[in-house]
Amino acid sequence: MSHRLPNGGRLIQRGKPQKFTFNGKHMTGFAGDTLAAALLANDQMLLGRSFKYHRPRGVVASGAEEPNALVELGKGDSFEPNQRTTTTELFDGLTAASQNHWPSLDFDLLSINSMVPQFLTAGFYYKTFIQPRAFWKHVYEPIIRRSAGLGKAPSDKARDPDRYEQIYAFCDVLVIGGGIAGLQAALSAAQSGVKVVLWEQTAHWGGRAPVDGVEIDGKPADDWINTTLQTLEKMPNVQIRTRCMGAGVHDHGYVLGYERITDHAPELDAPRHRLWRMRAGKIITATGAIERPLSFAGNDVPGVMLASAMRDYIVNYAIAPGAQIVVVTNNDDAYRTAIAARKAGIGVAAVVDARAEATGALPTQARVLGIKVLTGKGVRKVKGGKRVKGVELCRIDSTGSAHTEVLECDAIAMSGGWSPVVHLWSHCGGKLIWDENGHFFRPDPNRPPLGADGAGFVLTCGAANGDLGAVLAGAHAAGQSAAGAETTPATPTDSLPEEAPLEPVWIMPRAADYDLRMKMWLDFQNDVKVSDVQLAAREGYHSVEHTKRYTTLGMATDQGKLSNINGLAVLSDALGQPIPATGTTTFRPPYTPISLGAIAGEARGATFQPLRKSPIHDWHEANRADWEPVGQWRRPYTYLRAGEKRDDAVNREVTNARENVALLDASTLGKILVSGPDAGRFLDMLYTNMMSTLKPGKCRYGLMCNENGFLMDDGVVARIDEQSFLVHTTSGGADRIHAWMEDWLQCEWWDWKVHTVNLTEQFAQVAVVGPKARQLLERLGGMDLSRETLPFMEWAEGKLGGFDARVFRISFSGELSFEIAVPASQGRAFWDKLMAEGAEMGIMPYGTEALHILRAEKGFIMIGDETDGTVIPQDLGLNWAISKKKNDFLGKRGMEREAMVNPARWKLVGLETLDGSVLPHGALAVVPGLNANKQARTEGRVTSTYYSATLGRGIAMGLVERGPERMGEEITFAGKGDKRIKARIVDPVFYDKEGAKQNV
Amino acid sequence: MSDLAISALPGARFEGFATVAEAGLQGMITLRGDLGTLAKALSDVTGCSVPETRKITQAGANAVAWMSPDEVLILCPHDAAPAMESSLRNALAGEFATVAAVSDARAVFTVTGPAWRDALAKLCPVDFGTLEAGDIRRTRAGQVAAAVLVTGAEEARVICFRSVAQYMFDLLSVAASKGSEPALYA
Repeated sequence: MSHRLPNGGRLIQRGKPQKFTFNGKHMTGFAGDTLAAALLANDQMLLGRSFKYHRPRGVVASGAEEPNALVELGKGDSFEPNQRTTTTELFDGLTAASQNHWPSLDFDLLSINSMVPQFLTAGFYYKTFIQPRAFWKHVYEPIIRRSAGLGKAPSDKARDPDRYEQIYAFCDVLVIGGGIAGLQAALSAAQSGVKVVLWEQTAHWGGRAPVDGVEIDGKPADDWINTTLQTLEKMPNVQIRTRCMGAGVHDHGYVLGYERITDHAPELDAPRHRLWRMRAGKIITATGAIERPLSFAGNDVPGVMLASAMRDYIVNYAIAPGAQIVVVTNNDDAYRTAIAARKAGIGVAAVVDARAEATGALPTQARVLGIKVLTGKGVRKVKGGKRVKGVELCRIDSTGSAHTEVLECDAIAMSGGWSPVVHLWSHCGGKLIWDENGHFFRPDPNRPPLGADGAGFVLTCGAANGDLGAVLAGAHAAGQSAAGAETTPATPTDSLPEEAPLEPVWIMPRAADYDLRMKMWLDFQNDVKVSDVQLAAREGYHSVEHTKRYTTLGMATDQGKLSNINGLAVLSDALGQPIPATGTTTFRPPYTPISLGAIAGEARGATFQPLRKSPIHDWHEANRADWEPVGQWRRPYTYLRAGEKRDDAVNREVTNARENVALLDASTLGKILVSGPDAGRFLDMLYTNMMSTLKPGKCRYGLMCNENGFLMDDGVVARIDEQSFLVHTTSGGADRIHAWMEDWLQCEWWDWKVHTVNLTEQFAQVAVVGPKARQLLERLGGMDLSRETLPFMEWAEGKLGGFDARVFRISFSGELSFEIAVPASQGRAFWDKLMAEGAEMGIMPYGTEALHILRAEKGFIMIGDETDGTVIPQDLGLNWAISKKKNDFLGKRGMEREAMVNPARWKLVGLETLDGSVLPHGALAVVPGLNANKQARTEGRVTSTYYSATLGRGIAMGLVERGPERMGEEITFAGKGDKRIKARIVDPVFYDKEGAKQNV
Repeated sequence: MSDLAISALPGARFEGFATVAEAGLQGMITLRGDLGTLAKALSDVTGCSVPETRKITQAGANAVAWMSPDEVLILCPHDAAPAMESSLRNALAGEFATVAAVSDARAVFTVTGPAWRDALAKLCPVDFGTLEAGDIRRTRAGQVAAAVLVTGAEEARVICFRSVAQYMFDLLSVAASKGSEPALYA
């Protein structure tokens, strides 16, 4: 029976009971409990089922390393799977449920897997399900996914109600870990005056020291911790933060910190998690160490815990893990657990020590307290299924075929030594060395992660550095070194009883037979046993990285925090090589999983992505705009009238523009000012045609290609004066083309005298289109816009109806058209004025779909429809816009390559279906026969296709092999399924070929 | 025409641990060229000297902010910008210099209160501890370009493109929302 002790508990507040439920059962804990502690206080030993065999599992650790005690927390929108009970602080109203079992935690049918473990050995999935091939996807995988796995994913309808945020911060020295080493390092660094930040992942300062009985300057560690904290809190150059985990160390001192603000207090109106994006000059990892389990048969039975964890539960939370415990160890440290248990009034059946003798200070103290110590012994096997009932012992060097004695107990504390937490040191390339005394990997101070200056930027101290005894002197030195301060001797001294060396025990007993080895768990979460790693070695897996993936050792959500060293020690032994020769797997961020919410930060809801709005956006919204995304802009696709269908609205808008007067919000068009003495020369390089000869006051259409000759943008250039041009780009192309210009100016033609300024958003631009366009503008008055004064492809500046206007006589519709730019702040008023003045003329706005149809009727190409990154201007019959006089322009050479001048290229033509129907988007023109991939052979494709309200039939443009040479020919397009559609190749200009209508 | 001119989000305001407010119309002129060459015209027209790197100079209602080694941004009353633009163009005729009014390409927000740095630190990868009144920093906020002008001990101005004014306002409001005080600078 695990239960709460009547007294004690460093971290709990007995006056504040907290109610919670586990699998619907009501339980009570105390403020300060972790969920794991609270569950143990309620004798809830069994917490979940393992991944593969569905073995019963309970709490094994007391911190971030916990592999077993994962639960589902919360419900509905707040539901989260795979939450570690050992790092979940209890709060009133918490709801938790166990996972990975069916139908119930106590009675799991899938645990039948456990009765035949020889069927699920290393590589089982690979070996068993490889044939027949097609079965994997449809049969095996769905079944395996149901039986293997941890928590369920949240419902696809769930919407996380919490808020999350990120924050950027900067410091000189970042100390990660708030144990006594981290506190000292922070203090020593801060005393030199540099800016110091200290993070602790739990809610408490001081780490293990108070539990382990460390004394500082002769007093309990807690005294020194409190004093040091007060000092740090008063220093203006120091910031300290609990519940903030150093998640990852990246290049250039960039560190991610994961702060859990309201996980322990969900009632607070605050962001749940905050992701710190810290840029630190130097980083000190004071991340402590993690105790290693021992590999004995049944080491996964609920009630078997790390010795340090059991000590934590006794001292910090006043939890008795059982009435009678057994401690199994290969070192002196675990005796602390026996001593703590005895002092708390818990029975200690024995300390089972694998070493031949145990005569250090701690074993001696244990004996003095009357605790039985059995040396040279190990665990043969644990008795019990869903909880520990006893333990059979054997001689440590035996095969374990027979037991020497049996001890009754209901909890077992195990300790195989400690492994420094080297994760953060290793994330950015810090190397490790094998410590022959402590039998662990620790940071190699000569090979730290290197910064841009070639010097190490990560230091380490305390247990994270492999200092398992006194740590303050090392921490002080690390703090001063990180701060670049002069070295002074440390003042406080921490002291611990002397400890005898541990004796490595990677398998218990050392010569265990197969039956025992296949019950020795290495990776608790992924169900990897000693026998699996040994099998992998026999099958030829020598690399630790390959073995990891073959056996899944260390691949679970705990990333092998407990299993890593034990696993590679077993592998090394199987391979007959020393552990350093095997090496470790790679340590990758994050240290423990961080929430997706923290990664998304503020990017959700209204701030998910910028939505760009033109100055006239609100009018569109108020007038039933049916929106479509254009880059990050929203543009009206059409404006729906009451009861109107989309197509009808579009056709109405097209007809109105052809017959009357219509408005288009063209504000999104890119507008880039290019100015300077070399502006003309620059544009001659950017465009395929000549721009330098353009006269001020005139406009010219131009094409821009990339270096390979492929068409990338088009638009009208207006010459403003001798030195400056206004370049219009496509709506989606403005930023890209501006960057393209700057790339050439800054990297290639840096000595050319050219400036570019992106003026896209300075202007609201309105296209006034249709035969009555001039009539409308004349009503506004102020500018002479007659054909004589402002001919086609010219522009003029003036006051139009009182607005500061620049009027361009350009047309993308084929109608009489004026594009009028006014300052953006006047845009809405200008639009309102046009709508009001045009009301009695029947003015209508039109959207992007009408824009597309109007241009398609005229055979005007659209970047992104007729082009896709593989199309050169010649494919589109735009040879007229390619200068033959210029020596060079971007794309000139590309266009001359063999494939580009092949006469069989697909070229632009118009397409008319024989029955007048509208061709499907992107339809392919098919010819009889199959290609090498057994697909239908093709000779062209549709690039734009619409119903033309003007012509009363479907029209399309497409790229067809030798298209322009085949005018009048009928070709066949593939529709849905076997449907075939006949179309005739025609001129792409369907409407007003001579251009009379735009030139009035 | 100023009676017809409106800013991007007139009157938008959010009270959190810092106050976010749209600043209304602001005259702005981009001036590019060799800063030494520009100095006289700049001083004659605005009264301001050429700012040092990442600094703002001020004279009466006008200010000039450093933007890059060959660009400054003139800030002036919105109504005054067109005249100032043509004065500069005249003064710099014949030089390799570019003058462009950009008043309406932008939206401006003030973030005020002792904790303005704590709000902006959530959006901009900038060490705001190094910025003081009279500094400018070009950066990004969330997913869009931004310039932060520190205009007082407890006030900063954030300039962004006009089209993303709503996004910027929403971002700043989220960052300054009560309960989310990070206690980083304040």
